[in-house]
Amino acid sequence: MSSIAKPPVFHPSARTNALGLRLRDYEGGMSTLCAGCGHDSVTAALIQAAWELSISPEIAAKMSGIGCSAKTTAYFMKQSHGFNSVHGRMPSVTTGAAAANRQLVCIGISGDGDSLSIGLGQMCHAVRRNVNMLYVLENNGVYGLTKGQFSASADIGSTSRKGVPNQMAPIDPVLLALSLGATFVARSFSGDKQQLVPILKAGITHRGLALVDVISPCVTFNNHEGSTKSYAHTRTHEVEAVATDFVPLKHAIDIAPSNGAVIDVSMHDGSLLRLRPATAGYDPTDRAAAYAHVRACQARGEIATGLLFVDEGSSQEMCDELKLPAEPLHDLPFERLCPGSRALDELMERYR
Amino acid sequence: MSGVNDFAFRIGTVNGTGSSSANGLLMQAIFRMGIPVTGKNIFPSNIQGLPTWYEIRVSGDGYAARPSALDLVVALNPATYAQDMAAVCPGGYLLYDSSWPMDPDLVREDITILEVPFGQMCVETFDGDRDRTLMRNIVYAGTLAALLGFDMDVVAGMLDEKFSRKKRLLDANQTAIQLGYDYAQRHFSCPLPFHLRQLDRTGGHILMDGNSAAALGAVYAGATVGAWYPITPATSLMEMFTAFCHEFRTDPVTGENRFAILQAEDELSAAGIVIGAGWAGARSFTNTSGPGISLMQEFIGLAYYTEIPSVFFDIQRCGPSTGMPTRTQQCDLLMLAYASHGDTKHPVLYPANPAECFEMSVAAFDLAERFQTPVFVASDLDMAMNDWMIPRLTWDDDFRPDRGKVLDREALDALPRFSRYLDVDGDGIAARTLPGVGGKGAYFVRGSGHDKHAGYTEDADAYREVVDRLKRKIDGAAAVVPAPVFDLQDEAGIGLVTIGSCDAAVREAIDLLRAQGLRLDMMRIRGFPFSDEVAEFLETHEMLLVIEQNRDAQLRSLLTIELGIPRDRMTSVLDYGGLPLTAQFVVDAVARVATEVPA
Repeated sequence: MSSIAKPPVFHPSARTNALGLRLRDYEGGMSTLCAGCGHDSVTAALIQAAWELSISPEIAAKMSGIGCSAKTTAYFMKQSHGFNSVHGRMPSVTTGAAAANRQLVCIGISGDGDSLSIGLGQMCHAVRRNVNMLYVLENNGVYGLTKGQFSASADIGSTSRKGVPNQMAPIDPVLLALSLGATFVARSFSGDKQQLVPILKAGITHRGLALVDVISPCVTFNNHEGSTKSYAHTRTHEVEAVATDFVPLKHAIDIAPSNGAVIDVSMHDGSLLRLRPATAGYDPTDRAAAYAHVRACQARGEIATGLLFVDEGSSQEMCDELKLPAEPLHDLPFERLCPGSRALDELMERYR
Repeated sequence: MSGVNDFAFRIGTVNGTGSSSANGLLMQAIFRMGIPVTGKNIFPSNIQGLPTWYEIRVSGDGYAARPSALDLVVALNPATYAQDMAAVCPGGYLLYDSSWPMDPDLVREDITILEVPFGQMCVETFDGDRDRTLMRNIVYAGTLAALLGFDMDVVAGMLDEKFSRKKRLLDANQTAIQLGYDYAQRHFSCPLPFHLRQLDRTGGHILMDGNSAAALGAVYAGATVGAWYPITPATSLMEMFTAFCHEFRTDPVTGENRFAILQAEDELSAAGIVIGAGWAGARSFTNTSGPGISLMQEFIGLAYYTEIPSVFFDIQRCGPSTGMPTRTQQCDLLMLAYASHGDTKHPVLYPANPAECFEMSVAAFDLAERFQTPVFVASDLDMAMNDWMIPRLTWDDDFRPDRGKVLDREALDALPRFSRYLDVDGDGIAARTLPGVGGKGAYFVRGSGHDKHAGYTEDADAYREVVDRLKRKIDGAAAVVPAPVFDLQDEAGIGLVTIGSCDAAVREAIDLLRAQGLRLDMMRIRGFPFSDEVAEFLETHEMLLVIEQNRDAQLRSLLTIELGIPRDRMTSVLDYGGLPLTAQFVVDAVARVATEVPA
């Protein structure tokens, strides 16, 4: 995707993370998306999350398909490898890369056009396999690069820029992921960085596939009155079910609990998620309850956000299921892969 | 024509009734008697209830093509009695199950008809429908053993091996074999005029199918990621890869696997997984058939343009569309050469038998990494799923894989700047880096227009620079893909050109034609892009016949497109009905055109 190089300018007082890197070290090329595009806010949140987590740029793999969302991978972590694949196929390419090298931190960026139409099957199966990846779905309800056609996530009655209402039922990636057994399901809003950054950090840390549906308005084609994916509509209809605090490994837990009950989730790497349900009784570890909540919000015309469901304890990611070694497959010495002449000779006896 | 150690027979049964183990037993017993043998399974696209046949050719001289005539047909399926009766060559034999009567109108006077009440014998001897159905296969094997002069010690030994831990089954099988054997001895004059006689021509050989051999090649080549979607006739390749990996690459203590096998949701995803893994540095492959390649074309173009090593096994079957999924063809030659949209061209390897499936499987992984591009192995149903007699596979322990130009951290540190698509060595091959290695190696893989630094471009010159280099790179593969094999005589005016599993029939046909006094040369093409040797052979022969198994003369088209040989210089010999080629088909075709040329 197109991008413009950014000059590396650092303020001398810029803070560094555990790797000695500054926030700007996690930036990428200059965005060529429209001014005000929700995706650029997602990019900023990703930069923040990766910097705060001190992700080593060399082990990150930025994966995308085709569309406006796919451009995002060019705008963060320029020191990382990126793979801009084909439309709707980011999940399979990431699956292959994650199997080949389980040390990679796979960050997949997709959109509603990319993931909910042509790529719907691939998204579903990546969820079923529980590929160890962050799966960000930048959701704006339209096809931007082809100038404003409805996507499969457009709500019934939501109108196009020319005022034509959408008639077909939307595909909700959150409900879909919950029904497919996803072990980490969240929804956020590009305009709510405070909510989004901890969710992204939790998603990257999660062992398995973390689906994060981000309502990310398209300023050019879907930000008008009548759209249910506009900034204004999302701001006024967003209902946060759970607030997330991310407590990194070895940090003292110094977050004050809110009025509601607090649910702590220990991550595989030793960090902690402190989840604060907005409504008493909401349990983000209860899949059926999460599903019912999203449905109920939908019926009221509200958008349920927050880390809606997480199952860290029993989550087995794909490489666990495949019983793969810790090192990348290309690092295995040839002698450990090739059985050699003697084994072949013995094998030949079976074919007589 | 037929005689001792030189005949063919066919068994017609109903699929799903367990006849394949009996047929396998017969094949293997002949092989262990030291007599070269081949078997062709002619089966329906169905699990149970439809007609199925198994053809066995016995050839002391080692000819392995499908037989041109059948000396004996065994008819065990009343639904195909008419077909089976008609298939026997004049003077031959039909053996049928007289438990189900034969329509007198079908009976031929020019053949001998043998009746055995197999079904009835099984009802009297065994209990339960299942055993009666299964054992009928072993009973007919016993009858054939008597009629064709099998060494019963060999047969008994094989049953012992197979059922050593299943006493009840061993007893039942021994009873069944004896039942069929004794019946034949009592009622017929055994053996028939054509029969088996112990020989010593299978030493140092094995019976193996091409999918097993290709899977073994992938294991030996060090492939670590296999992604696939089930499809006939490719399925058994990944099943065997899985079995071999579990045997050789699973840690017996920890259970850790040094391989990843993923059954994808479709062929598109299988290709995506292979490309993702190839990008991340693993040797990765998929196995599919023509319909799967159709689905993978988009990804193939991506891998070509972004230069990601990947290996595709195409086990060709009859197309177009679903076609005849259990019948063989060489119908994907054009598609593989130029798969995907835009200007593309790919190295393709054409094995002719399971031994070459093994060798070319290993070679494909080296080529894919050396040229950083998708490489295809064009197998077919006949060589992939049937057992062929081939020399025992061997392995050179000094072999080391060619991983191509991959820059490690140290090499990257020594560079002022890393440019992914820069042709430093002048061979069209730029060095690549792997994710996770770090340093200056990070770059952005993009299917969109890119320049030599991997940056996005819409600039005509920068775009052309990259695609022109790609052309040079792939052209360079012509010199290293497997070379053609030749069979040359002095000053032969006729050149036969062929490919893949046509080999067995063409070589047999050449022996027959040369015996008639024709002077013939043969070239079997084994790799694409074509090397200079291929062009030279075509240019130096007055009359050319191109023998292949598809309707549209795809190999001939490729030769015209790539080498500029005029179409009318090459006569096509085309067999595309879905059954393996026979020598007689080739002999007849050559005889038709060769009369115009002085021998």
